[in-house]
Amino acid sequence: MTTRGPMVALACALLCIVSTAPARAAEVMRMAVTTSFHNSGLADVLLPQIAEDLDLEVQLLVVGTGQAIRLGEAGDVDAILVHSRSAEEAFVAGGYGTHRREIMYNDFVVIGPAADPAGLREAADATGALRAIAEAEAPFVSRGDDSGTHKKELSLWSDAGVAAEGDWYNAVGAGMGAALNTASGLGAYILADRASWLNFANKGDLDLVFAGDPVLFNQYAYLPVNPERHPHTRHALALTLEDWLTSDTAQVLIDGYTIGGETLFTFNADQGAGQ
Amino acid sequence: MGDLWEGLTRAVWLVLTLDPDLMEISARSLQVTLTALVIATAIALPLAALLSVRRFRWRRAVIAVLNALMGLPPVVVGLIVYVILSRSGPLGVLGLLFTPTAMVIAQVVIIVPLIASIAHQSLRELWQEYHDLLISMNVTQWQKISTLLWDGRRALLTASLAGFGRAIGEVGAIMIVGGNIDNATRVLTTAIALETGRGDFALALALGFVLIGLAVGINLAIHWLGRTEREGRW
Repeated sequence: MTTRGPMVALACALLCIVSTAPARAAEVMRMAVTTSFHNSGLADVLLPQIAEDLDLEVQLLVVGTGQAIRLGEAGDVDAILVHSRSAEEAFVAGGYGTHRREIMYNDFVVIGPAADPAGLREAADATGALRAIAEAEAPFVSRGDDSGTHKKELSLWSDAGVAAEGDWYNAVGAGMGAALNTASGLGAYILADRASWLNFANKGDLDLVFAGDPVLFNQYAYLPVNPERHPHTRHALALTLEDWLTSDTAQVLIDGYTIGGETLFTFNADQGAGQ
Repeated sequence: MGDLWEGLTRAVWLVLTLDPDLMEISARSLQVTLTALVIATAIALPLAALLSVRRFRWRRAVIAVLNALMGLPPVVVGLIVYVILSRSGPLGVLGLLFTPTAMVIAQVVIIVPLIASIAHQSLRELWQEYHDLLISMNVTQWQKISTLLWDGRRALLTASLAGFGRAIGEVGAIMIVGGNIDNATRVLTTAIALETGRGDFALALALGFVLIGLAVGINLAIHWLGRTEREGRW
């Protein structure tokens, strides 16, 4: 049985690999966040500070707003940080979350081919910009994944009074980065949040063609999951995290976070509110 | 081409500098996949041997189903495991969703039919050779199975490696049940998906090359340890 020895060695090696690594902080909680928040890179600034200040490891599930809300409803996370006001209010009204706390905002921008065939740079407001795309039937990529960005896009189309359908309208059903990749490949227009756009590496021929309309502001809110509905959730930790996210430390980090000299997020939490 | 070249150089650089993040997610990839492989092999091989030596009523149906399940779409397996393990699902109290354990469960479900089908193919032929001998020796069912498994070990190794190959490169299911949480459930394949989403193709490719290298390395190591394909012995 000359083969036995190596086989035993192999089994031992497997067992060594299988026995796993320990946790890094004393406490762990889970938070569902939107892709736009995570792709911006802000999480990489906030999480280490949270770990240091609170000895709390926040595990992020990076999903679209639609899925984040589903995760909260199912009790699979302890809190959610999303940006779609109507969905958030329905979440609280349905008893899934205890309350809604605004944290910060950034803004949406319209990205398109640098040549700007539909002439968005001359548009007066956001609805005018979208109308110009529809009139020119220029290719447009939609997230199509029920995310906050997608919901915003749909509400803008309805404000513009344009039916978003036709060969030029491509709903890709993907996250922000994947949708930007598609737009880059197609030379298409797309609605993106500024943070994801600035952090996106595969810009290709794309450029920022429209921004600045107040209707494009994008409010992020923090919602702890209701412990009465899901007793296993770590509600106390969720509240501790909320206090931190609305603290002066967080304000300095959020307002001070820039990419290429541009500020991405504006802290606007009401520090007297909350529970 | 630029991205490909940059990906290659980044891969070499990440490996040479023993990049801590890379080491961590690679170790987790191996940990999840090898655990799943050990469990799946322990289920699939005896099952394959049993299907070879036992004659029972639904045997053909079971074999046909196993063969069909080789093509099980991982994303559907992921979704089913997710719904079962979710806090609102039947096994929610276990709190396993978004843990490496959930990823192992999904991978086991995906590769058991594959390993069992391939193992069954080769054991069936071996059984045809051994049938008369073993029957005449009047051995027990258990002895038949263990003889088949031991004498067919080289073919079974191939079956297991096929399972390993499918599991280590799997992304659809473990993305859903693991959640791709940094420092907790991020593995090589989900990290590649993430970096692609961020548009960092070079880093995504670099991780891809590391993944391929890891898969090839593990296969070579197992072949070497198992002493297959050695000169003068097959």
